[in-house]
Amino acid sequence: MPPDSPTPAPSGPGGNGVSRRRFLAGAAGVGVAGAGAVALTHRRWENVLSSSSSSRPTLTSGKGILVMVTLYGGNDGLNTVIPYQDSAYLQGRPNLGYQPNQVLPLTDGLGLHPNLKAMKALWDAKELAIIRGVGYPNPVLSHFRGMDIWQTASPDEPLVTGVLGRWLDATGSDPLRAISIGSTLPRLLTGERSAGTAIVAPTVTLPGGTAMAPALASLDAPGPDRHGLSALVAASGADLLNVQHTLADLMNAHRAATPATATPRPGTGGGAAGARTVATTLAGQLGVVAELIAAGSPTRVYQVSMGGFDNHAQEKDTHARLMTELDGAVSGFMTALGGSAAGSSVVLMTYSEFGRRVAENLSGGTDHGTAAPLFVVGAPVKGGQFYGDEPSLANLDDGNLRFTTDFRRVFATMLAKVVGVDPKVALNGSFPTLNLL
Amino acid sequence: MQAKELASKRDFSRHHRFLITRWLTDLVAATPDPRRSDLAHLFRRAGFGARPDEVDHAATQGYPATVESLLAGLTGPDPAADAIAPPPFAASGVAPLPPATDPAARQTAIKARNAEAAGEYQALQRWWLNRMIATSTPLREKMTLLWHGHFATAFQKVRVASFMFRQNELFRTLGGGSFETLTQAVAKDPAMMRWLDTESNVAGHPNENFARELMELFTLGIGNYAETDVQAAARAFTGWSLVPATGAFVLRPRRHDSGPKTFLGQSGNFDGTDIVRIVTHQPASARFVVAKLWSHLAYPVAPTDALVAPLAAAYARDLDITSLLRTIFLHPGFTSSAAKQGLVKQPIEWVVGLARAFGLDADLKPSGGTGAGAVAGRSPLSGILAVLAQEPFNPPNVGGWAQNGYWLNTATSLARLQAGLAVAARLDLSWLDVVPVGQRPAAIGQRLSIDGWGQTTLAALNHVAGHPVVLVGLAVTAPEYVLN
Repeated sequence: MPPDSPTPAPSGPGGNGVSRRRFLAGAAGVGVAGAGAVALTHRRWENVLSSSSSSRPTLTSGKGILVMVTLYGGNDGLNTVIPYQDSAYLQGRPNLGYQPNQVLPLTDGLGLHPNLKAMKALWDAKELAIIRGVGYPNPVLSHFRGMDIWQTASPDEPLVTGVLGRWLDATGSDPLRAISIGSTLPRLLTGERSAGTAIVAPTVTLPGGTAMAPALASLDAPGPDRHGLSALVAASGADLLNVQHTLADLMNAHRAATPATATPRPGTGGGAAGARTVATTLAGQLGVVAELIAAGSPTRVYQVSMGGFDNHAQEKDTHARLMTELDGAVSGFMTALGGSAAGSSVVLMTYSEFGRRVAENLSGGTDHGTAAPLFVVGAPVKGGQFYGDEPSLANLDDGNLRFTTDFRRVFATMLAKVVGVDPKVALNGSFPTLNLL
Repeated sequence: MQAKELASKRDFSRHHRFLITRWLTDLVAATPDPRRSDLAHLFRRAGFGARPDEVDHAATQGYPATVESLLAGLTGPDPAADAIAPPPFAASGVAPLPPATDPAARQTAIKARNAEAAGEYQALQRWWLNRMIATSTPLREKMTLLWHGHFATAFQKVRVASFMFRQNELFRTLGGGSFETLTQAVAKDPAMMRWLDTESNVAGHPNENFARELMELFTLGIGNYAETDVQAAARAFTGWSLVPATGAFVLRPRRHDSGPKTFLGQSGNFDGTDIVRIVTHQPASARFVVAKLWSHLAYPVAPTDALVAPLAAAYARDLDITSLLRTIFLHPGFTSSAAKQGLVKQPIEWVVGLARAFGLDADLKPSGGTGAGAVAGRSPLSGILAVLAQEPFNPPNVGGWAQNGYWLNTATSLARLQAGLAVAARLDLSWLDVVPVGQRPAAIGQRLSIDGWGQTTLAALNHVAGHPVVLVGLAVTAPEYVLN
């Protein structure tokens, strides 16, 4: 695939507090009208199916929103995008494998897991692209080193900073540029000087009433007596206050403009307008992301996650359930975004620390493996096609697949095309982008 | 409230005020005492923090004697914690399910079992939290927590509360002895065997789950073994299983691969016991174990750190954890400022420390009761820990909980603030009424046995010193307390 030239780094929003507020002012005028529509409009599948590539929105440089879906535990790539026409597949997986008539056929002899029905519809609507054989040289079969390699984009030497953390370091200090939904912040969004935001709901309610904000500001002020970990404790408190202010303004404006009878977004559990959306499931987390996007949060990268993929034993039922959950959560999210201006600039990608062994074990599961396919979903995606070659089932490396697409090419693509920044700020080395956006 | 109760509360409070007035006089005169600072640090790291009177007592004994007294608590009774009865476990947790041919009955049984297990899990959390709060041998409970994070096993998959209880008792009983003995016991522990699928590991196409994590996470660390070693170890553990009804270890010979194996350069017809013996006696394992304990008790280091080598050489002689702990606590680096500023309290340490300092139990009621029994459902401390992302008996994955920066983000900052204020609201803070407003931040710092507040924190706390609940809630989220 010919390398695309990376988009030069723009001086985008979020570089500092001032530009963020400027961005918000714009969003308040344009975004809120659309926001009501987001909550009310659920795209119907016939509309999705009728959309053609000629109507595909193109990403405006520096305006894209990246949603990273982390699948913890090592998703079984071979039972996600299934090489059902390759006899070696069922030979390796007599119990775990799916028969040709069970899969949802794509092209090239590959088919989706039977439970990925909505993903299949997105593929048919050309909003789902699949990158095949994603991995890196000298694969590591450890969950932790593997996930660190992915999140730091550094297979050769261990790094402390995450790949998007280095983007945060290079572009200012606003913690809202990147948001992770959950109680902890993945290394992906941790830089040396800056960090993304971790939240479990689209708003932050400080306890203790109105006196708390100034008290917290004073407690978490930088001081000459604070360095190292002590400065970090204070910095996350200060970030919290910053995030609380901004999100309160955003969500108040958004909710004021959203009718109280609005249809609840999928996975958010419904409830009255203004009720806190608290995220635990993937659908719930993506519900928070959809709400923040609709409200015009100045966020360029979101991270959500789902666990349970480490199925060394009795994989079939568990993995099938996970596929159903992923399918519903991602398609529900795309539906929630449909029709909004901001929604058309959203690109979602999945990834996991590794795929799984080709041959099943006698526990009815699979052990740690290597390369795997990943999904890229969104209106601007050149979908309905594969990128990268399918790894061979005949030419294995100690029972594992040989990667065909370096995962750093995926990051380079997302940085250049979606985030709108020179990938060099975050990647060590130059990696050709994929022509999927 | 009955008149009698009121009167006794008033008496208590009058006595309390007298003590406070006397203690305040001492406080004003006090200058930071390096000996007290070292002892308070020791109690935080070798336990869950000490009240001022405990530090006073230790000061009369001296630092080395206090270390010995903590180490002595690794064996023998723990009167205060042993008074707290473990919850009862229903037999349904391990009873056989109806066959798959009757899916409806099977589903009903699974549902009932899961509901029962969820209640048992909550009771188990309450029981252990109350033990950690009440314990008179804090190092033992601290090591139980450390091993729980090391051999991280989660209820979410195990689903049998009695197995989780059994593993917890295993850490409490063997946690101060030989690391090989501990690891051998963990390898046959029913919770671990279910968690990492040893129970279904069958010769021919072995399951590598336990074999890999044994080396990567429990004994050697990544880079000290090859994939061929994972494959050989997985074969050695084939046929290891458990009796579902009792959790007892059983070898199923027909599933076991008794053939020759080459593992870490040694060859033989190894079984799982051989693998654990070989792996725990590797020089790399000594560095790995020493680095792990140092990282959780002093400050994070890598196994390759120069500090580790001499400690590892001494530990390698007999793999004795008690000796290693003694070496760590008496090491000059342990009381260095790098160590004192080197760890963020894990959420469990943070809430248990608060409960101990202020005399509350897991239900945020005055401690001293047996904690268990009539109370059902999730305890408030468990609820707080769920929001803080550290639920006892349910680590996020087999790697346990990461350290330091892992606990510092906007979500945990908010959660600590919410929890700090919620706990403060449950305290009887009337004793602060007699403390002059300007002295209150120092009085709280004393109560928490910290070395004192830095100028930035002190300025902030002085602003809210007129509101005791806000003062306490905010103080416990300040860097001086959030750091260990």
